[in-house]
Amino acid sequence: MKLLESGVVSENRKHIISFIILAATLLLVFPLVFDIFRLNLVAKYLSLAFAAVGLVICWGHGGILSLGQGVFWGLGGYCLAAFLKLEAAVNIANEAGTDQIKALTTVGLPDFMDWNQITELPYIWYPFKSFPITLICVLIVPGIVAFIIGLAIFKRRVSGVYFAIITQALCWIMEILFVTRQGWTGGINGITDLRTCLGWDIRTQAAQYTLYFLTAGLLLAVILFSKKILSSKLGQLLVAIRDMEDRVRFSGYDVSNFKIFSFCLAAMISAVGGALFVLNVGFMSPKLVTIAPSIYMVIFCALGGRESLIGVVYGTLIVCFGRTYFSEQFPELWMFLMGGIFIVVTVACPKGLAGLFESHGAKALAFLKKFLKIENLASKDKKEVEA
Amino acid sequence: MGITNIFSGYTGEELLSIFTMQGFSSLSLFSVFLLMALGLAIIFGQMKIINMAHGEFLTAGAYTTVIMSDMVVKYMPGLLPYYFIFAIIAAFIVAFALGYIVELSLVRFLYKRPLDTLLATWGVSMILQQGFRLVFGGREDSANLPDWLMGSWYPTETIAIPLNGLFLLGTSVVVTLLVYFLLFRSRWGLCVRATVLNREMSNAVGINSKRIDRLTFAFGCGIAGVAGAVFTTIGSVSPAAGSLYIVDTFIVVVFGGAGSLLGTIFSAFGIAQLQSIMEFFLTGVLAKVFVLLSVVGILMIRPQGLRSNKVRE
Repeated sequence: MKLLESGVVSENRKHIISFIILAATLLLVFPLVFDIFRLNLVAKYLSLAFAAVGLVICWGHGGILSLGQGVFWGLGGYCLAAFLKLEAAVNIANEAGTDQIKALTTVGLPDFMDWNQITELPYIWYPFKSFPITLICVLIVPGIVAFIIGLAIFKRRVSGVYFAIITQALCWIMEILFVTRQGWTGGINGITDLRTCLGWDIRTQAAQYTLYFLTAGLLLAVILFSKKILSSKLGQLLVAIRDMEDRVRFSGYDVSNFKIFSFCLAAMISAVGGALFVLNVGFMSPKLVTIAPSIYMVIFCALGGRESLIGVVYGTLIVCFGRTYFSEQFPELWMFLMGGIFIVVTVACPKGLAGLFESHGAKALAFLKKFLKIENLASKDKKEVEA
Repeated sequence: MGITNIFSGYTGEELLSIFTMQGFSSLSLFSVFLLMALGLAIIFGQMKIINMAHGEFLTAGAYTTVIMSDMVVKYMPGLLPYYFIFAIIAAFIVAFALGYIVELSLVRFLYKRPLDTLLATWGVSMILQQGFRLVFGGREDSANLPDWLMGSWYPTETIAIPLNGLFLLGTSVVVTLLVYFLLFRSRWGLCVRATVLNREMSNAVGINSKRIDRLTFAFGCGIAGVAGAVFTTIGSVSPAAGSLYIVDTFIVVVFGGAGSLLGTIFSAFGIAQLQSIMEFFLTGVLAKVFVLLSVVGILMIRPQGLRSNKVRE
């Protein structure tokens, strides 16, 4: 009994320690080591990590592989970008007399709408006039889309491979719609040239520092929140559904509701990342939400360890840094390396880096401990014998 | 009213010609879908392997054809009218060999984890694509077609049926028949189906199921290679050419119902027709959205696809 308890305690403690290490890396080490340019890059990567954290919930624990995570990430991003774009348009309108205003026929509308001969704000854009409603939309819009898809698919007991293919088709649909509805979405260029948020210039250095800490802080908060859910009874049920769906169903649970919940939760977490990406980078484009970026999100998750909330953050950072470094230095080799990572991780270590750390890291730690504590133990033994 | 206005400028004979040619163009699309989907219907439908690199086997077949055609033009110009048949066979062999290697080195470890095959084969697809890019360069290549594949056939004065479209249709019919006979009328096909239905029992009656897996996977890839070779008659080849088809192909196979050859044919036909008809009313890309949405919708009503074999899970 005592052994069992100590096992649980050490499991918890392990998680707390690795969380503290992650928090220290993100909040202390990176800001001290990197200059603002690199730090801004890290912030961009961390906003992608939200999608990977979402995948840990729905894929790693729920067993639902979504290849459309980019859709929800992008929807969150587009919602915030719409708000920022409206603000930018109003700002331009207020700076009367500049050349820009002469070039526009309709003052106060985003420039791409003007280029597409749209003279009135489309109704879809109305909610994005207000900041609080936009923030709600960032969460609710992807949540509703995920809910509808989840309801339609999981109630019909479509799962596994078929679900993955359907979500991939979803990515494609979203890309086509966002590229072709130019007047509403900015087409292939997306929504660009975002400068201020509520009058606060997001391109200054101070703003970028603030945004980095906002991104990192929110990511850590989301990880804690997800950990809370995954270690609850709900989280255990998700794992049970993943491993033996029929048995859970026979026990009287409505399996599809749990699947829908985890899918929606993953979508909403991704959407937060998309919105933060827009703040950090200042644009949103349909190229970021297509099939390939969604697959990248899966690989972040697979490399970091699909069951580890903390591992996937490292997975994201490694893949993104690798992509930036290699595509600068050896652009030809990068795709080979990337493909190799996909193959090696899935074939050799399906639990990713976190799994490797678990199996080998523990041994290494135990060896170290033994090495350090061997004298302590010896003296303790002596005392006990004397007593 | 609107429809009569559209048609009012034509005579009856002209309208008939237009419809015939439009009908034929949707038949061409059907043959494209069918050829792509046949290989995947074997790999995904029978073996449950999600082969995201399927498009790259197609590209490999297409490049084989381009190389053959270049070589023929350079060294044996006299053979130009006949080489294409050999190019198809060579494309099959190259894609078959590639598929064999991929199965041997990678896929065979993942039969128990079908979702993971998706990730691993995506990696294969990246590597192959980059390989093509390094070897052949990023620009588009095309094969030198023999004369008998160019031009059109005129059954009447006003109807022009492109010859390469006819060839495409012919090949897809031949390949479909071939796949049918191999899967349902040959001893190998019997072994494949037995392994799909019950692996342990097939092992028990003396079928080497590992070898069957390997050959089945490689055969599916080989079919993709044939598709690639035939596609050079209607378009050019680039390193990413195959990846453009992969989602379409999966949709066709999933929609048709895994494991059913007839279902794959029906679904390729249905999707091609729907897309052609919708392109008449909407723009091309929106037609695609409509088709994808309706397929997803139908899949929700019939998750097992149009037709499915009853398999004991």
